[in-house]
Amino acid sequence: MKKLTYEESVEKLENIVDQLEEGNISLDESLKLFEQGIELSTHCNKLLQEVEKKITILINQDGEIKEEGFEAE
Amino acid sequence: MTKTITVSQVNKYLKDLIANDYILSNFWLCGEISNFKNHSSGHLYFTLKDDSSTIKCVMFKTQAQMIKFVPKDGLKVLINGYISVFERDGVYQVYVQEMLPDGVGQLYLAYEQLKEKLTKKGYFDEEIKKAIPKFPKSIGVITSPTGAVIRDILNVSTRRNPNVNIKIMPVAVQGQGACYEIANAIRKFNQLKNVEVIIVARGGGSIEDLWPFNEEVVADAIFESVIPIVSAVGHETDFTICDFVADLRAPTPSAAAEIVVPDIADVDWRLRNYINRLKNALTSKVEQEKQILNKYINSWVFKRPYDKVYELNMNLDKLSKNLSKSMSIYINDRKQKASFAISKLDSLSPLKTLLRGYCIAQDNDKTITSVKQIAGDFNLKLIDGDVLVSPKNIEYKGDKDEKINI
Repeated sequence: MKKLTYEESVEKLENIVDQLEEGNISLDESLKLFEQGIELSTHCNKLLQEVEKKITILINQDGEIKEEGFEAE
Repeated sequence: MTKTITVSQVNKYLKDLIANDYILSNFWLCGEISNFKNHSSGHLYFTLKDDSSTIKCVMFKTQAQMIKFVPKDGLKVLINGYISVFERDGVYQVYVQEMLPDGVGQLYLAYEQLKEKLTKKGYFDEEIKKAIPKFPKSIGVITSPTGAVIRDILNVSTRRNPNVNIKIMPVAVQGQGACYEIANAIRKFNQLKNVEVIIVARGGGSIEDLWPFNEEVVADAIFESVIPIVSAVGHETDFTICDFVADLRAPTPSAAAEIVVPDIADVDWRLRNYINRLKNALTSKVEQEKQILNKYINSWVFKRPYDKVYELNMNLDKLSKNLSKSMSIYINDRKQKASFAISKLDSLSPLKTLLRGYCIAQDNDKTITSVKQIAGDFNLKLIDGDVLVSPKNIEYKGDKDEKINI
């Protein structure tokens, strides 16, 4: 589960919601899917929080690439 | 006698000869305009000349209308057309179909030629275009580090996602060598693999300004890139080779940023929406099950479990009552029969008879029913006692001849 990208997680979540809304599943299955869905949405939230703003410019210094902070004029 | 032919025949022959020539049927010619005449009919008549010779040209109104500049004497132009013979006058001319100013024209030609070459190589095929990732962790931008383009891209990006990650690879976007810088930047990103999507951008300009993005090296770099590339070169109406090879063309650099950077507010809302839908779906599922369960619980089977017992009890009572009733009727019936029999018996009782004055003649307890049975003394039973009787005389009421001896 932790290895999933945001995109993959959201796609799985969408699938689960569709399945649950369709309603043709047993109560046990519903509970299981609900749990999975909540796990996925928590994971997505976490991924969103983890991102920090980072705008850098790559400078070629003697063949090596260096990253520096960038401010647009 | 030498065979002679006519002037018309010669001219016709020449016309056919030239018409069937492959090269003369479609070529690009460059030269300087002279003797330019814009006829009132809208047709253009001029000659094209180079250092040592000239050739007559005509461009008819329909094609002439498409020219994007004003042709005049002394202008170097590039024309596309074919040669044909004007039979009446015995002259050949270039029939011009397209005219471009020379400098730009050369570029335009090169552009068309490269476009054709790359189309054949499959560089523009839809099937090989990669999907742009919806939630890229990091975005690469190849453009000039100064100017409006990078500013616009950063503004739009941070507005949509304040926590966006962008890596800028600065390049020259026009002039000599720019195409190599752009191609190298693309390859570098592919080598570092530090971004999930790349935007190649530059602002508006002339065909010369945008030229680096029409170079084959850039096309190759884009084609070979494993990272998806969004191209935003020039104005909305400008199309460069870069735009065609890229996985997606954006009309402006700001539009590219909008395509590539997901709007975080929107993403957040969608996530919340999914969570709500999850909760609602489960809640309604549980409600549904609850209702079904309640239906069962409220069944009389549980609410009044003794109903069955009461029912059985009532049945039993009814049966008992019926049993008793039947029994009484039966007993009464028998009683009646019995008392009927008893009274009948009573009426038949010999004691009653005795009361009436009859007596029972007995001989040693044997009842005498005929005078013939009398052999001497016998007993006479009356209601209240017994009498020993000695008969004096017996009279038989039957056959007179039958004698009875005592």
